[in-house]
Parts: sequence; C-alpha cells; structure tokens
Amino acid sequence: MSNPTGIGARILRKEDLRFLTGRGSYVADAKRPGMAYGVFLRSPHAHAALRGIDASAALALPGVLAVLTGAELGADKVGGIPCGWGITDRHGAPMKEPAHPALAQGKVRHVGDPVAFVVAETLEMARQAAELVLVEYETLAAVVGLLEAIRPGAPLLFDEVPGNLCADWALGDAAAVEAAFAGAAHVARLSLVNNRLVGNPMEPRAAIAEYEPATDRTTLWSTSQFPHVVRLLLGQFVLGIPQHKLRVVAPDVGGGFGVKQFHYAEEAVVTWAARRLRRPVKWVCERSEGFVSDAHGRDHVTEAALALDEQGHFLALRVSTLANMGGYLSTFGPNIPTNLYGPLLAGVYRTPAIFCEVKCIFTNTVPVDAYRGAGRPEATFVLERLVDVAAAEMGIDRVTIRRRNMIPKEAYPYQTPVMMEYDSGDPAGCLDRALALADWDGFAARRAEAAKRGAWRGIGLATYVEACGLAPSRIAGRLGARGGLYESATVRVHPTGDVTVLIGTHNHGQGHETTFAQIVSDKLGIPAERIEIVFGDTDRVQFGMGTYGSRSLAVGGAALSKATDKVILKGRKIAAHLLEAADTDVVFEGGRFSVAGTDRSKSFEEICGAAYVPHDYPLEILEPGLEEQAFYDPVNFTFPGGAHIAEVEVDGATGAVRLLNYVAVDDIGTVINPMIVSGQLHGGIAQGAGQALCETALYDEASGQLLSGSFMDYAMPRADMLPNITVETHSTRCTHNDLGVKGCGEVGTIGSPATVTNAIVDALSPLGVTHVDMPATPNRLWRLIANAQLPVAAE
Amino acid sequence: MHGFAYHRPDSLAEAASLAAGIAGARPLAGGMTLLPAMKLRLAQHPALIELGAVPGLAGISADAAQVTIGAMTTHAAVAASAEIAARLPALAQLAGGIGDPAVRHRGTIGGSIANADPAADYPAAVLGLGATLVTNAREIAADAFFTGLFATALAPGELLTAVRFPVPLAAGYAKFPNPASRYAVVGVFVARFADAVRVAVTGAGPCVFRVPAMETALARDFSPAALRGIAVPADGLNDDIHAEPAYRAHLIGVMAARAVAAANG
Repeated sequence: MSNPTGIGARILRKEDLRFLTGRGSYVADAKRPGMAYGVFLRSPHAHAALRGIDASAALALPGVLAVLTGAELGADKVGGIPCGWGITDRHGAPMKEPAHPALAQGKVRHVGDPVAFVVAETLEMARQAAELVLVEYETLAAVVGLLEAIRPGAPLLFDEVPGNLCADWALGDAAAVEAAFAGAAHVARLSLVNNRLVGNPMEPRAAIAEYEPATDRTTLWSTSQFPHVVRLLLGQFVLGIPQHKLRVVAPDVGGGFGVKQFHYAEEAVVTWAARRLRRPVKWVCERSEGFVSDAHGRDHVTEAALALDEQGHFLALRVSTLANMGGYLSTFGPNIPTNLYGPLLAGVYRTPAIFCEVKCIFTNTVPVDAYRGAGRPEATFVLERLVDVAAAEMGIDRVTIRRRNMIPKEAYPYQTPVMMEYDSGDPAGCLDRALALADWDGFAARRAEAAKRGAWRGIGLATYVEACGLAPSRIAGRLGARGGLYESATVRVHPTGDVTVLIGTHNHGQGHETTFAQIVSDKLGIPAERIEIVFGDTDRVQFGMGTYGSRSLAVGGAALSKATDKVILKGRKIAAHLLEAADTDVVFEGGRFSVAGTDRSKSFEEICGAAYVPHDYPLEILEPGLEEQAFYDPVNFTFPGGAHIAEVEVDGATGAVRLLNYVAVDDIGTVINPMIVSGQLHGGIAQGAGQALCETALYDEASGQLLSGSFMDYAMPRADMLPNITVETHSTRCTHNDLGVKGCGEVGTIGSPATVTNAIVDALSPLGVTHVDMPATPNRLWRLIANAQLPVAAE
Repeated sequence: MHGFAYHRPDSLAEAASLAAGIAGARPLAGGMTLLPAMKLRLAQHPALIELGAVPGLAGISADAAQVTIGAMTTHAAVAASAEIAARLPALAQLAGGIGDPAVRHRGTIGGSIANADPAADYPAAVLGLGATLVTNAREIAADAFFTGLFATALAPGELLTAVRFPVPLAAGYAKFPNPASRYAVVGVFVARFADAVRVAVTGAGPCVFRVPAMETALARDFSPAALRGIAVPADGLNDDIHAEPAYRAHLIGVMAARAVAAANG
C-alpha cells in the first residue's frame, strides 16, 4: 500500500489518546456560568391517572428555582414529542399516533414516565426538593405483555387507541404464500419471543441548555447521535425556536447503540426550563433512571412458518409478529419492527413468497425503539432459527439446506419478494470460509469428548443479510420517513494544505475521526494526521442526519468522498492554469497534479497556496479558495451479509453455557481500517451474545415494575463470557457508492443472537430440545434438561 | 445522598462509644453496600462512624490451629495472604471471588459479615468453618451469629473486631454466581474436621444455613458420591428472576459436590 494512512491501512485510532487518557469532553463534564441543576420526578406506577401535584413544600426549600409539570407545559404551549416515522397499516390508514407530552398530562403510562422537573441551585437541593413534591396518583390496571395487551378488555393506554393497536402493518403477497403452503411437502413452525433489552451505553444521557437574551439564541448540549435532527424536531415541533436561533451540540458521547438517536422529552424539558428561567440548566441521567427512561430495544412475540418441498427448497415464509411500542411512540419506534424487519426476512435465500404481518402494540412499558441492529437481528433470529427447525424436522443437514436455498453470487443484483434489491453479495463464499475457520467438520469429535465430561456441546451457524446505509430518501419517504436520510460533508482545505472536514454524522465510539481521515488521506495523498474531522455541532457543521443504521460510512463517507472529488476537480483546474495545460490533461496522483506525459507538476500544497493567494490564478473563471461540500443521497440501501458460527458447552448439572468459539465471516464491502472493523465486530458480537445468553428487561406483569432495573439484576455481557472471536471479511463491493462500502456497525449484533442460540439448541438436541428462547439462562436450560430427562410414562 | 454526620474515631473505645451513643448511627467499614444504598437515597443514616483510623482492626495472624482475620481486612488482603493460602486455601479462593477488584480492595470481611447479605460469600465460610466472631464486647459462635435476612446477633452499637477460623483438615467452596451481580445464587462451603463435617449454604435462602443430612453423609464418606440422593427441599428457598426455588435446591447439591471435590483437591 503506497499510502500508509489510506484506505485499508490498519492505523491506530486518532481519538484514542483523548479517550484512553480520560481527556474526552462529555456533556456531564461541562459547566456554564450561573448553571442550575434539574432532576426529573418520575412515575413509580405503570399506569395511573394524575389527580394533582402539590409542589409547595418543594418550592419552599431554599435554592429551589422551579417545579415544572405538564400544566406549565400546557400553559407555555409546548408541543408534544414528535415521532419521526409515520407508518401506514395494511389498508393504507395512518398509524395511531397519540400525543406524547414531554411531562405527563392527565396520565402516566409507564414506570419512569416523567411527571415533574425540579430545578435548583445545586443538584442536591433539586434532589431533596423532588422528594417533597406530592403527586396524587389514582392507579389504573396496567398491561406490559404483548399477548395481554391485545386481549379484549385489556386496560387501554389511550382512549383513542382501541385494542392498544398502533398499526396493523403487512408486507408481501399473502395469497402467494397461502398457495405455496397448500402445496408444501413440509411446513416447519416456530413460536418465539425476542427479549426486550436495555441499551446501557457506558455514558448515561445528559443535557445542558442555555439561553442568551442578547442574541436570542438557545444552545442545547446533548448526548445525541444526531444533533441536527434534534435541532429540527425540538425547534420546529416542540418549542417553536427558529432553526438559526437554536444550536445543538453533541460533544464526545460515550456510546449510543441507538439509545441516543431519538429526540427525548428530557432534551425538550431542559431547554424549555432554561428559556423560562433565563438560567443555564443541567440534567444528568442516573443509571437507574436510564433503565426506565432510555428507549428499550426488541420485544417481539412471533409465530413463523416455513413451507418446503421434498428436497428442502424454501417455498414460502409466513411471519406474524406482535411488536411492543411501549407507552409512547419514540422517534423511530414504529419503523423498527416493520420497515427494518419485514424486508429482511428473505435473508440470503431465494424464498419466492414471503408474507409478514406486524401488529405494533402500546403497553405500559418504556418506549421501544432502535437498539443496535434494530429490526434486523429480530428478522435474522426468526429466519435462522426456523431454518434450523426445518432442517431438523426434515432430516437435512443444516449446512446443506442453507446451501440449497442460497442466492448464488452470480444472481446479484437480486430482487427479493419483500421489497429489497440486493446489489451484491456472496453468501456461499462467507459460509465456506466460516465453516473452515470453525473446523465444522471436526465438531463430532469435540462433542464426544465433552459428553465424557457431562457437558452438552453444540455448534450453530447463522447467515444474515442486513439492509443499512440508511437510507435512500425517496424509498424511505414512501415507507413513512418524515425526513431525508442523505448525509453531507464539507472538505475545507486550508492554504497550507491541511484539511478540516465538517460532517453530519456523529462519532461516539465508531472511530470516524480515523476512518474518515483515511478516506481523505487516500484521495488527497496527505497523511491522516493533517486531517481533522469535525462533527456534532449544528453551528459548525452544515447539516446532517447523524449516526445510526450503519449509515456513517456508506452515506456520510460517500458524501465525504464526493466533496473530496470536488476539491480534486478544482485543484486540477488551478493546476491546469499554473502548468499552462488543459484541465483534461492534468492528472492527480500521489499528492501531485501533473500534466500527463510530461514532467511538469505541482504539489497539492502549491495548489492550495495558489487558491488562497491568487496572484497567478484564473479569477475570470474560478473562485479563489478551496472548500467543497457534497450532499449525498444513496440510490439503494447497502447489504452487508455473512455467516457466523458459534460453539458452546452447556453444563449438564447447572445449565450454564460457556461460549467457546466464535467465527464471523462478513461481507461488508470495502474495508477502510481493518482494526476498526474488528473492534466493531467484537463489540457487536458481545452485545448479540448478551441478548442470547443473559440480557433481558423483565417487567412484573401485575405491577408493571421493571424487575431487572439495575446492573444487580440486568446481566450485561462481560469479557469473561466471551471467547476469542475470529473475524474475517469476505467482501463484495457495494455497487452504488464509489467507495464500495457497506457498513459494519451492526453486523455483529445481527448475526450473533441466532448463531449462539442455534448452537445451544444443537447442544441440547439429543434431549429432544428444538427451541430455546433468549436469554438462555442457566435456570431455563436446567429446566429443559431436567424435563427432558424425566422418565416418560409408558402409554 | 442525604446529609449525615461523619465521625472518624481513632480508638476502638471511642468508636464503640459513638456507635452506642448516636441513635441510628452506622459503622462504616469498606462501604461497598452501605454507600451505594445511601447514594441511591434508599438508606438514610444520621451518622457514619468510619472505622479506618481505629488501630488493630486490620491484619491476619495464623497458627496451626486457627486463622484470625481483623474485621477491617480487605477481601484482596485475604485473597493474597500466604498464611491463609497455606492453611485455608478455600477461604482465600472465596475472598478472591467476591465482587470485582475495586470491591475487593475496599470491601472488608467484617463489613460483609456484619451486613449478613443472604447472597454474600463470607457467611458461608463463617458458618461452614464454625468460626468465632469477636466483638468489642464478647465472642459469638457462628451458629448463633446469623439470625435472618440481613440480621445478626450483634447488639446495637456492638462492633465486630475479628473473625477466628479453625483450620480444617480440608475445605472447599463452590459458588454459582448471579450473572448480573456475581453474588452467589448458591454458594456452598464444605469443611472437614477430625470430628465432623460442616456444610453451609449461602444465596439459596433468606439466611445462610447448614445442611445436616449432607454433613452426616460426608462424615461417613467425604466424597461427592456420598451426596447422591440427598435432596434439599425447595420450600422456603429464594425465588427471583435468576433462579426459581427448585433450581436453587438442585444447585445446592451440585455446588456441594463441587466443593467436596475441591476440598479433596
């Protein structure tokens, strides 16, 4: 590789020095002059009518500045928290979209629903005051489970939403699917639960807002993955602040995983309070508060069936899912279990007919929205579990049945029956490599050895496809998106040839400051050290949709690539003038502009200098300066894919699972920095294994209390749970962006829950176990083992 | 955290006098349970009496018959002690498996035992070894010390100063950790002495308890096989999202067998 910091280089992350030495700058670190502190008083009840709030004792405490409630929100005409996606049901009717007040009005709908915001001179005073606010609740029957929420007579969250049904969504050709099932040689069926998760980024959410009367400008510092979108939603829909008078800053953010890609009520309330009080106001979420206020992920109940012919060819897939929305619609809530789920059910297979129906249901729980993978792990879990069930029932080898149905490499681009057109891929290539790396063929001996020790050993695989690079705006608009999904980048070349990039994505652990610098380094031939990546400030960056849906590289990187190309194009014109040649004869290579076929050339720095000191410059036809911008809207989603294999042992005595080996072979398109890709895969696989093995947000059905509401009960994956993870890429280029990139942020989380679960089911298959719901806790597996080993009564 | 008075006495007498004299005062050892509860505003105490400056409360001494550990000795110090490793390696292993490194360097044996968390590790060793709890006023036998959920025989204001463990012929501890907190879902400590075997179970019930049927069987034959067929009833065992009572009852048998195997090396 000629450029040591270009595309494909395994360089250390530029941002690591400040992160690893404790010099990051987070919202919670910031202080503003005259800053006051706020705490939210939250509902202890899952469902209750608000009969009255008495704040007099709290307000009487010294240092207390305000106790704000839904009544003040109403008096100030503060708008509700908007949903960013409006889906339509199977008949074309819009989803039910009840109001979501930033502080509860009339009712509380989940434990943690904010009821009041208490602001005081110090945090301690605010906390004390919050304990003195008397809220009179009239508790109502609550419903937290999906099956319970749709029962006739179930408690209703909103009077205007019968049956708690937000939308009854469907995709695919139901008639074709029914016909295929009628003629099938075999039908495999599976009922499953996709467990609810709490994202738990390392840094809890936080916000500081400040109003400057002199300029009538408001600034919000927030732990956000998409500051420009927060500015738009907050300014336009909630507080009525003109966009040019509102600045949103998302500085260093300590992990997001989707949890921070929504516009939250707390951001709105803090900003509103700062404007009302004419004081900067700070709020930092407590960890236990985050458990009941950060949007949760997953939470599906699904019935699925796969129709096959005698040889195990897939004829049709039918999926019926109940998806939990929680107590209100979060920013992307209704989009996740519909548009990011149904269209993924083809996987890497040629299933000719697919029908998916999803009922989005309100319950008395924290709102559910995107969490790393967002709809796609759920789809992969349904499909890849069902394929294993079908293989077992038909007595066909798990690898063979997958190969038999896979889309061959040559068949790309491939149109699925559920909307998507995959541009490129090689699923069989990924599978072959994964099988070799995992020594799939040597497994039988390892199982036999484990059996001697009383351990049940299993191996499992899953393939997957992901639709990411969110998203082509035209398609997203048809699917209900209320915003565009392009990205923008500005490449500001300084007179010295150093470069500042202003980009609309947000880096909160993904390594963008390095990856994006490598792209520019590769194109301009200057070292990555000379390139600064700026993001996260609406006053500095032109616009942007932020970071989620594995979009930053595929959409933001593509915008950056285009802007950089414009710089080169202009540079060629300047060089042509200086070298007295035609533009078309000037080539740019290795950091030099030269006239083709001659030894006449100018360095990149000479051209930058000429652009800013235009003494000898074609001013008649070219503006001075060297700064270019591009907005890029992709023509299609990108489609990473791959094959993952896990090997596990289940302790026969305790039911405890040990994850012994994990292999991931992924097609993620062009790799910019292999080390960052490995890191993304490691983290994603850890999170997916967490869902499969230990994580679960459990609600008590009677009280609606979150039972796993702290790290004492919510089991996060830990380093000692994980084996060494073998990561390889087997890439095909994305055909519709010029970098050929697809994205890798979520693939680990998409493939791993199904992979790990398939391995556990395989381990226990000698006992007749055909499915295990996640998380596969020791108690759950012990029950399965114990029940299977009970003596069977003679009939 | 609610406000509280902070005392840092430099003698045991002064500490005891403060503890006895201030209603609702709590002694503060490592603070690994007390401080989080206060920070979460779940606990409110008018005064904390910090024991870190009281001389003589931390340290390990041992001879052939017993190991004495000062109440303010950290889990990390117990885990790393060569004297304990030589005489009571099961106790060192137990201490090394508590919490995480930060907890082990702050948390103390006295704090853990006095707190009597039903899922803590140390109570299993105290009861399993038949230790003696030494306070500023008296000595209490392990069998009389743990009286219920977070409850002990310590009188209000009484301070635990040391724990004296008899050295057994062999001992073992096996713990099935809670996947989230890493406290014991079930932990079983087994100790074999010349005249008896003791088996103590933590995590499974509201309070650490012994299993006489296992003790009798192991006294006849100190091997995992001797435990076959001995079932601990599930009635009264803890029920939470991690483990149902029947599972805990089952794990007691599994962990007891593993503890015996560990004791036998």
